[in-house]
Amino acid sequence: MNKAIYRYELRQRWSSVGVWVASLAGLVLVFMSLFSSFSSDMAAMNQMLEKFPPEFKAVFGLTALDLATLEGYLAFCFIFCQLCLAIQAANYGLSLISVEESELTADFLLTRPLSRSTILTSKLLAALTSLLVTQVLFWGASLASISLFKGDAQYDLSAVALVLGSTVIFQLLFFSVGLLISLLVRRMHSVTPWSLGLAFGTYVISAFSGILGDAKLEYLSPFKHFEPGKIIRDMQYDTRLVLLDMALIILAVGVSYWLYQKRDIASPS
Amino acid sequence: MNIIDVKNLTKYYGKSRGIEDLSFSVREGEIFGFIGPNGAGKSTTIRLLLSLIHPTSGQATIFGKDVTRYGPEIRRNIGYLPSEVFYYDDLRVRDLLDYSASFYPGDHRERLAYLADVMELELNRKIRDLSYGNKKKVGIVQGMLHEPQLLFLDEPTSGLDPLMQRKFFDLIREENKKGVTVFFSSHFLGEVQRICDRVGIIREGRMVEVSDIHTLQKNNYKKIRVLSGHAPANFEISGVSNLQQEDGWIQFFYSGDINRVLQRVSDFEIEDLSIEEPTLEEIFMHYYE
Repeated sequence: MNKAIYRYELRQRWSSVGVWVASLAGLVLVFMSLFSSFSSDMAAMNQMLEKFPPEFKAVFGLTALDLATLEGYLAFCFIFCQLCLAIQAANYGLSLISVEESELTADFLLTRPLSRSTILTSKLLAALTSLLVTQVLFWGASLASISLFKGDAQYDLSAVALVLGSTVIFQLLFFSVGLLISLLVRRMHSVTPWSLGLAFGTYVISAFSGILGDAKLEYLSPFKHFEPGKIIRDMQYDTRLVLLDMALIILAVGVSYWLYQKRDIASPS
Repeated sequence: MNIIDVKNLTKYYGKSRGIEDLSFSVREGEIFGFIGPNGAGKSTTIRLLLSLIHPTSGQATIFGKDVTRYGPEIRRNIGYLPSEVFYYDDLRVRDLLDYSASFYPGDHRERLAYLADVMELELNRKIRDLSYGNKKKVGIVQGMLHEPQLLFLDEPTSGLDPLMQRKFFDLIREENKKGVTVFFSSHFLGEVQRICDRVGIIREGRMVEVSDIHTLQKNNYKKIRVLSGHAPANFEISGVSNLQQEDGWIQFFYSGDINRVLQRVSDFEIEDLSIEEPTLEEIFMHYYE
């Protein structure tokens, strides 16, 4: 690991982390501020939800949720946070190496006296630090919003912690798959369409698997692996799926190192 | 002792050729010119030696070490000025140079100040705001900052005005006197002749000739064009080749004593005359027809 690269990468991502944290904190804050009005009309809410077609509820992961409880309400809000977290992580993974090539600075970096694995490790650790900082601040903002707006509601802190803690593997997965994709493509000009595609694509798969009740589609979408309603209901993660995710992360990062070693850096001209 | 040794080096990008079966060596302390037209494989060769890309087959060593296996170690003593310079746009020149220097052991502040002074580089400007020529200067300082033993210069003078070119050449000669080996790639024969000891000519991915600069200068061709109504079809002096006539213009290549051809030409009533360096392409066509 090279400290200069690590520091440079952190500095580069500082403002991006700030924007993501602000958006996520804003999202939770706004959602939670509406909780008291929701919970006071609990009966009306649940009645209304019952009238919705089951497909609709499945798309938004509402089947397993009781919006009248604080955990249920948080879980509903959390789905939107997950989308943001997925986009952010995919973005960082996809751009980690490709940004040097699209901005044509790869020649500079790779002619320094460093091995490619040192470069990748330094960049990787900086990106993971950025993601971790995002998550910690997001957790803080969520807990603060809960205590601010919970009113008289009782809730199970361990359920909330389980839901919030799921962001670690969730983001790692999007990050590592993004990294792998960026190294499989010869030259990536813009990262955003890919990261949006990855995040929304897997979200749509998760929604479909909800509608179709298809267990096989479940494997394809990390949203399904960490469905907040299910986590609250079971009070644990699905061990099988978490193991699968961890294997996938290790595989994607490992293959990325290998691909980066062999990679031909395209000439700027 | 050879600083660079290239043996049967071949690079294909998929099916398209980069370089083919290239072999040559660069001796310690020399300035080696590497010339060829655009697309001949000059940059490919340099990128292979810097292990930015990997060879399809063949081998290259620098300082006696294999470039793919000992890349980081070798690059500690290499300076590289790319043909097109791209750096992190939002950094200031000083920050970029500090960042670059941080990868090499030692204190480079004095050296930085010296180089920036010679190249008249403003250190406090953002890279984004620099002109092409100024970015090139950043590249020059960046490449020489850590006092490397081997310099790769890929078309280094493009974008530099003549005054800066001269300062740059002085700087290169100064480094060379200290024992630094220079690999100078260019498609411009004139500048290679000005500074290099030996020249390798690459064409369509293959080395067609490696020769001493003095040998090449003996074959110093000029392209001469004469507009005259009275010029004969045959010049009757040796050294004239590729004679062409069109609309009263006579054009030919000449190699030899320039006084002889001028005396001969002055026998005709000249309306117009031009003597110029042939382009590299013309030399190639001439040499290898």
